[in-house]
Amino acid sequence: MIAEFATQAGLAYAFVEREVALMKRYWLWEVVWIIYGIVTSLSVAFIGIAAPAISGNQVDPATTSRFVLYLLVGTIAWRFMGLVFENIAEIIAWERWEGTIEYTFMAPVPRLTHLAGMAGGTIVRALVFSVTTLFAVMLFIPVDLSHANALSAIVMLAVGTVAFMGLGIASAVFPMLWTEKGLQMAYIVQAIVLLVSGVYYPTTVLPGWLQALSVISPATYVIEGMRRALLDGADLAACWPQVWPALLVGVLSIPIGLRAFIAAERYAKRTGRLKRSG
Amino acid sequence: MAIAVRESLGPPTLGPGVPALRARDVVKRFRSSGKDVQAVSGVSVAVQRGEIYALLGANGSGKSTLIRCFSTLLEPDAGAVTVFGLDIHDDELAVKRLINRVSVEASFFKKLSAMENLVYAGRLYGVPAADARLRSREILVRLGIAVARHDEPLEKLSRGMQQKVAIARAFLTSPALLLLDEPTTGLDIRSKREVQTFVRDLRDEHDATILLTTHDLDEAERLADRIGVLHEGKLVAEGTAAELAGRYGTRGSLEDVFMTITGKKLEELAAGDGDAEEAGG
Repeated sequence: MIAEFATQAGLAYAFVEREVALMKRYWLWEVVWIIYGIVTSLSVAFIGIAAPAISGNQVDPATTSRFVLYLLVGTIAWRFMGLVFENIAEIIAWERWEGTIEYTFMAPVPRLTHLAGMAGGTIVRALVFSVTTLFAVMLFIPVDLSHANALSAIVMLAVGTVAFMGLGIASAVFPMLWTEKGLQMAYIVQAIVLLVSGVYYPTTVLPGWLQALSVISPATYVIEGMRRALLDGADLAACWPQVWPALLVGVLSIPIGLRAFIAAERYAKRTGRLKRSG
Repeated sequence: MAIAVRESLGPPTLGPGVPALRARDVVKRFRSSGKDVQAVSGVSVAVQRGEIYALLGANGSGKSTLIRCFSTLLEPDAGAVTVFGLDIHDDELAVKRLINRVSVEASFFKKLSAMENLVYAGRLYGVPAADARLRSREILVRLGIAVARHDEPLEKLSRGMQQKVAIARAFLTSPALLLLDEPTTGLDIRSKREVQTFVRDLRDEHDATILLTTHDLDEAERLADRIGVLHEGKLVAEGTAAELAGRYGTRGSLEDVFMTITGKKLEELAAGDGDAEEAGG
């Protein structure tokens, strides 16, 4: 059992090592994306700072500071989860573009191990991006983390990672079945999740039918829980109403996503789609 | 210098009469532009352990489709394929451990170096990184790629060198059955000969079974113990080069054999034929 786990971990590490090596080789692009992320987060934070000027009302500094942190939590947490989703959803499209899809799918690696390895590489990348963004933003804007409960925030992010891995795996099915349209579909899924999950605003401002969608989005709970942890210092017990729904999505979405992925792989093998040109 | 390959994944012990590869009545159709294209029509073939078997055919004859079926990338619509007695569908993971494939286009992460790609490939087949580095160096040097080029991004290497790295990758994992899909297409004469010599050495020194597809008559004759002629998705003739020449060739050449069987020169078919498997797939 332990030996088998070690074997699978070794196989999964191949993908982590590959992703890190690719990050190094595409380092200039990585710098571009990090700068893009920092600029986006800063722009959102400045909207918070400008709240009094935009609304024409007096807002006390403590409220402004809370508003800025509210927005920053949303933008940085979304950046992290969005990267996890994108990188996993693009597994097929990326390997097709590199021309390596046949070799990867011919390798004697169980699909679960393959996807776990890719998720590992993705988490490394998302962490580097998010932590860099947070520290870069703090150079420009005073961020008040004096009430933050770091443990609760980390747990929320971990739970969100699991949920978004599942969503990403399920969305990677689209590019497997439809070479070009499939990736477009995955991006549409991501865009809808962004809209309904309260990344920049409470979900209560959404029209009723969009609020219904927000209930099934794990990002809704992850971002709400992170705000409670970082703005109000909520401990794990206080965050439980946000933890369990996100955890539930993760627990359900990973096996469902994996089953869908394996079924799509079989279909691709029957129809000849498992190749570089789709 | 002996080829450095891993011994632990050598060919499994076979019962008497179990071939390294057996295909029975394999059929593969594709849907293309609203039409059904039959790429492979009931092909049966058996390749014995330690044999080099060449599938000879023009573009679109079904060679690549067959190789993709054998390498678990395509599921046949009908028929059965076993590798060392293991069914490619039911025992897929075990089959994958025994095979490797080199395709006509070298598929790599082109920004990564040859060494990085090979170490990655080694890890996928359970070869520790240190061993993979050592063996990769030996194989690449044997294939004529200087040590100084091993750590350069692959995109900076020539097409021929990339193809040699693809061959090195397959050898690194010590496949019991090596599937070579037009491995020397696009290589210069010297590189072609180096690869052909290496393929023979791999078989002779390490008990590998090799199935290669080619539309190069000279290559088939030079390398293969037996040759199967594939035409319009059907295996239309099979035997050693001498047997085929005796059966079909008026002047004893494979070119004559091919013309007698198909009614056309191989070059004509190669130039004028679309690739059915690609169109369908």
